[in-house]
Amino acid sequence: MSEEPEVLQPKAGPALKKKPQSTFSRVARYTFVRALTLLLTVIVGVFLTILIANMGGYLDEIRRGTIQETYTQAAILNPAIKNLSPEERQAWIDENVQLAYKRYGLDKPFMVRTLRFLTDALTLNLGRSQNMSSDTGSRQVRLIILERIPPTLILFGTVGFILFFVELFFALFLSRRYGSVLDKVIVTLAPMSAAPGWFYGIFLILIFAALLKVLPFGGMVDAPPPPRWSLEYFLSLLEHMILPTIAIAANQVIISTYSWRTFFMIYSSEDYVEMAKAKGLTSRNIERRYVLRPTLPTIVTTFAFFIIGVWTGAPIFETVFNWPGLGRQIFQAVGLFDIPVIVGETVIFSYLLAITLFLLDFIYALVDPRVKVGGQGGAQA
Amino acid sequence: MKALQKNLRELLRYPSAIFGLSIVTILILIAIYALIAIPYDEAVRLWRGGEDVWYMNPKNVPPEWINVFRSSKLPGSFTLNSTDGTAEKVVEEGSSQTQITLTYVFDYEYDEFPQEMIFYFTSTYIEKQPYISISWFTPDGREIRVADYGISHSDTFRFSQNEKLKRRLGGDSPQIGLLADPNSDPENPKALRGTYKIVVTAFAFEEGSDVDAEFVLHGQVDGWAGTDHLRRDLGVAILWGTPIALMFGLLAAMGTSVLTMLISAIGTWYGGWVDELIQRITGVNLVIPFLPILIMIGTFYSRSIWIILGATIALSIFGSGIVTFRSVFLQIKESPYIEAARSYGAGSGRIIVMYLMPRIVPMLIPGLVTAIPGYVFLEASLAVLGLGDPVLPTWGKIINDAQANGALYQGLYYWVLEPAVLLMLTGLAFAMLGFSLDRIFNPRLRGQ
Repeated sequence: MSEEPEVLQPKAGPALKKKPQSTFSRVARYTFVRALTLLLTVIVGVFLTILIANMGGYLDEIRRGTIQETYTQAAILNPAIKNLSPEERQAWIDENVQLAYKRYGLDKPFMVRTLRFLTDALTLNLGRSQNMSSDTGSRQVRLIILERIPPTLILFGTVGFILFFVELFFALFLSRRYGSVLDKVIVTLAPMSAAPGWFYGIFLILIFAALLKVLPFGGMVDAPPPPRWSLEYFLSLLEHMILPTIAIAANQVIISTYSWRTFFMIYSSEDYVEMAKAKGLTSRNIERRYVLRPTLPTIVTTFAFFIIGVWTGAPIFETVFNWPGLGRQIFQAVGLFDIPVIVGETVIFSYLLAITLFLLDFIYALVDPRVKVGGQGGAQA
Repeated sequence: MKALQKNLRELLRYPSAIFGLSIVTILILIAIYALIAIPYDEAVRLWRGGEDVWYMNPKNVPPEWINVFRSSKLPGSFTLNSTDGTAEKVVEEGSSQTQITLTYVFDYEYDEFPQEMIFYFTSTYIEKQPYISISWFTPDGREIRVADYGISHSDTFRFSQNEKLKRRLGGDSPQIGLLADPNSDPENPKALRGTYKIVVTAFAFEEGSDVDAEFVLHGQVDGWAGTDHLRRDLGVAILWGTPIALMFGLLAAMGTSVLTMLISAIGTWYGGWVDELIQRITGVNLVIPFLPILIMIGTFYSRSIWIILGATIALSIFGSGIVTFRSVFLQIKESPYIEAARSYGAGSGRIIVMYLMPRIVPMLIPGLVTAIPGYVFLEASLAVLGLGDPVLPTWGKIINDAQANGALYQGLYYWVLEPAVLLMLTGLAFAMLGFSLDRIFNPRLRGQ
């Protein structure tokens, strides 16, 4: 969850133009090429994920074996079939096994199966899971995934959103007070981010849940859960969010503040800022017009990547806190060999990423007048 | 060499760098000690060993040094064996039977009671079982009959599970009733300090028949690190976790940084489709979810630490580092000295390795050191998810065992704290070192 703000600056405008081009055709051409590359990227990425998730066909062998086993058992247990002659019984088993193969698409060759899987995934036709089911008992991958989105969004979304702006303004505040005690404390504490959030989570659970017994060990609400949309539900949710929030903050706040502070300091030493100071502008104005404005592309990029990061959840963090989110789900899906769920989450993640990257180019052009869409290959994201 | 010395001297001006450097040095020394003191095969044997290896240890007990902080002392474990001379063995040959007397004497200087006491009997006979009777002598002179029965070839007598003895002691658990001070509060008994004696009298009815017995007392503390649910000494895993964590972190960080640098140098130098291809692979790599893929590899393929290390490096090479390096290489590529190298006829390979890459090393080193904790914790993370190396003892696997066995619910804090504190120290040490290096190599960060 801790993305250091990447210090990347969009390339300055084109140095030399070969031939004049109309703005429309330039933007259209660029948009098309960019969309195509991103689509290809998504296709290759999802294809690789499917290949890895299927172990190059090995998992299908396991599933074939399981199906065979299931129907052989069923034949023995079913009195109507048990009394048939061995040949007839075998025929019944074979017929049902073939049907099951067909149902799961196991009768097709490996490559055909993978490609069909790929097209299904890319058209967001996520299909049915193999082992997992949603809390409502559905086998629809779409429902299984949808069900896990709110918990992840509630935790990482709200907490991350608040922390993002807290870090930003705290960093701005520190960059003004370079060398102060508070600044030195932040610089000294920056290595704290070496440990991931789940790690702080273990310590926090140890202190507040095991030793002091004031906060819950994990989960999202008390068990049994209070009725939805009631005040109790909300309060219980808040109580369960305290420790995860501190854990995320311990891992992220200081290092992000530190990086933003350094970043702002570099921009505050530009000549035009000195000039603005000399003109006698208030520090508020200087910050808004001369420091924040040129750093906006970076802030936007970091924010975009934060949003993508929310989507993946955090498998280990959610496992430690027993949080029923997407990250823990993908971990469970892997444990249950449930390829459709794994691929489903990957596909959605890839699409979101691609769309974000695509939009970023245009947002850059909006917030930074130096960037020209499609000019000299466009901004690098 | 001079530059290196200068940098080192400058590094020592930062207190955080000194702290980081000393912790790293200590960790390396521990790692070397672990590799020498417990060879690889021995470590694997110990960690995979069951009751046969660890029967002398109690289950889930904290380390010995916690007694320092306690007023009522917890007992440690010990064993007395009639075959190695720690217990006295007297054999009296009779006409029809042989009487073997085994005497176990021990000083008990603790206030709390043992977790368990066990006799492991071994006897040789053909048809007629030897018969034993066990008597317990307390320091204040009481004699308590423990048990009398015929033993098989290999027989285990667990004090705590003997219902007859429990009844005889008035309902107390034997490991408490046998050692309790009769004058102490029955609700909150204290152990009677002093010298205890256990006498095992065995009667063997056959020629050449023999009886030996090992007495094992499981205390409430063990070793310098405590034990886990399988009676294993956590010290083994704590020690061996050090070289594994350092190795994983260092190899992953180095492999990733150097390969990323090489690839991005090649891409920038040749340009054209090579550069384009590298850019596209970076894009695809961004789409592939890193941790889920590692979890899949661990679950579906192999949990071997080498496979995971390889996968980690493979998935990290085409990361955001490529973009950063590329922008720097693009600048360096235009430098006059590259032009000069070209004009005297240096080949592409030579230029990449001898001229492009060395220029970026100052940028690489701080990043490399700062990246180490990330990989150390990655290995621990996978182990916490139950995807640790199947044979090797690691810090992450201790945390995983502790989590799986509810260590925090049961109050077995040492179990989680020991590996966690070491992980934290390792992470902090490398991070502090890396941050200081960053300030030295990239003076821009020092501020105005």
